[in-house]
Amino acid sequence: MQLLIQFIKKELIQFRRDPKMFAVVLVLPVLQLILLGYAANFDLNTVHTAVLDRDKSEASRDFIQLFEKSGYFNIDYNVSSYEELTDLLDKGKVLTAIVIPTEYEKKINSNQTASVQLIFDGSDGNKAAIAAGYSAGIVSGYAQNLLLERAERTGRKTTIIGTINPEVRIWYNPNLTTRNYMLPGIVGLIILIVTTSLTSLAIVKEREVGTLEQLIVTPVKPYQMILGKFIPFIIIGFVSCTIVLSVMRFWFGIEVKGSIAFLFLCTFVYMLSTLGLGLFVSTISKTQQQAMMTSSFGVLLPMLFFSGFIFPIENMPKIVQYITYAIPLKYYITMIRGIVLKGNGIADLWQDLIILFGIGVAILALSSLRFNKKLE
Amino acid sequence: MEEIIKISNLKKVYGDVIGIDDISFSIYKNEMFGFVGPDGAGKTTTIRLLCGLINPTEGTADIMGYDLRKDKMKIKDNIGYLSQKFSLYTDLSVDENIEFFADIHGVKNYKERRDELLKFTRLTEFRKFYAGKLSGGMKQKLALACTLIHKPKIIFLDEPTTGVDPVSRRDFWKILSDLIKEEITIIISTPYLDEAERFNRIALFDNAKILKLDTPAHIREGLNKIVIEIVCSDIRKSDKVLRENTNFEIQTFGDRLNVVADNFEKDFPQIESILNKNGIEVHDKRMIPASLENVFIHLLKKEHQKEHEPS
Repeated sequence: MQLLIQFIKKELIQFRRDPKMFAVVLVLPVLQLILLGYAANFDLNTVHTAVLDRDKSEASRDFIQLFEKSGYFNIDYNVSSYEELTDLLDKGKVLTAIVIPTEYEKKINSNQTASVQLIFDGSDGNKAAIAAGYSAGIVSGYAQNLLLERAERTGRKTTIIGTINPEVRIWYNPNLTTRNYMLPGIVGLIILIVTTSLTSLAIVKEREVGTLEQLIVTPVKPYQMILGKFIPFIIIGFVSCTIVLSVMRFWFGIEVKGSIAFLFLCTFVYMLSTLGLGLFVSTISKTQQQAMMTSSFGVLLPMLFFSGFIFPIENMPKIVQYITYAIPLKYYITMIRGIVLKGNGIADLWQDLIILFGIGVAILALSSLRFNKKLE
Repeated sequence: MEEIIKISNLKKVYGDVIGIDDISFSIYKNEMFGFVGPDGAGKTTTIRLLCGLINPTEGTADIMGYDLRKDKMKIKDNIGYLSQKFSLYTDLSVDENIEFFADIHGVKNYKERRDELLKFTRLTEFRKFYAGKLSGGMKQKLALACTLIHKPKIIFLDEPTTGVDPVSRRDFWKILSDLIKEEITIIISTPYLDEAERFNRIALFDNAKILKLDTPAHIREGLNKIVIEIVCSDIRKSDKVLRENTNFEIQTFGDRLNVVADNFEKDFPQIESILNKNGIEVHDKRMIPASLENVFIHLLKKEHQKEHEPS
């Protein structure tokens, strides 16, 4: 026990003296959180729009105004020819173009079908789809209003058949802000960096410098060596985690709805896997550079891609979906999103917690065995 | 004399390469025992085996009554090991390094022992320095202090003076010879043959085997030849012409030649005439006692000749 405390003390002193490490653990999380908080944004707030109004009537102006009033569309250009419009789209100056043909008002007033053309720049399919969705809403609202107005004017009984108007309510993240969804996941990412990359680096450094050999000749047992490396990084991991949660709360205003204690318990269980992976990386790397590369490309990136952090798992092919079951970050992200956004507790998340615990114990056991064997 | 280490049929194979091939010998208590020989001869492998850093392929050793294969942990309590390259925590201070090794060896009240070791290694005034900032010689002394903090009975030093300046080297040997008074057994490997004179006994390693094991005096006497030292105008050319025209063994040391011969009066005139014939002027000549270096080069040459002869 005394020995372990000395080990941890030594590790923390070394950590404090390494300004680079210090930055990685304390500054990087905040920076990453703030950058990702603003950059990882799939929301579309301003749709740059060009209008070609060939009718120049009251009705056409009303129609265009509706778009402006919606708050999403910004009419940046009023053009007079189709060529200009095409040019603006080609150059990417606008995402949407609205073309109103001549005799638009006339047709509407004479109960004929009036057509308008809406063009979207589909090179970014995601954005185009969102903009198209917005405009569909506006147009159908406009059409309904027209019919109602007409019915009133003519005094005729409206023959409008009751339409179903879904009243959509989004729970947990009412504004559907990507940020609320992304940021909790960053906690998982930061812990992955601290516990997997830094742990493997710290172990490989000892091997590279030769101090590991020096330790083997002492009566220190392998499990003490492993714990001596793990505990400092668990502490550092929790510090990073707390920093990230604080920035989330005080900078972005995302509050943890559930229990923080439970969140920390889940984080600890998650760390079993990430520490185990760090230990494993250290057993297959000879130099610190190798350890860095292996943990980045062999652990970090696959975890990111297969965890549902960036790409929704539901959209993956079936086979790939099976792979995601083995990704610890997947369970952690589910849990942390649940705790932060929905206020979930153990009653909702016990399954994920147990699976994650199982994966962690398995990884840890195998890596420790390998580490032990390597020492001999 | 009491045997503290008894090596029996120790063998280590790395894949296709034989690290050390079936060696057996004993090391006595309170002895300064040297492993000498060229690089790759098996010195380091043997030390690493005895420290329990690697497992033997065959054979074993008895260290202070404990079997190397079974009681590794008990052995580790009683030994110290100084590896070939400096391996301490460069970002910890001198004091902190010693403290850490004291702690992991479970040494309580290490403070007095630490001060003693710092004084002994003349590092007291550098105690607050980071280990990485020390010079090569000081690093080596610090490593030695860390190795000694738990008062081991045996210490293994793997080429401790390689890459250390001559003054620090002398300093280091002074410390070691003081240490031997503390009833400690020291096992050192070194590629420097001039250092080998300091050992009580030497094992000459070559090609994964031990070629010779004896005291320095016995080894020197074992060479039943004389050595003629010659200083002349063109060393390289002389080396060449003597090799071509005589059967003597020629050893070149910088500005002088050593010729291993049988009889000075009989052999020297022959050598001189060959040199003169080739326009080489002999500035000085004398008969010198064979050094360990002479003997080792002689033994290694003989051994390698044997290998090349068809059997």
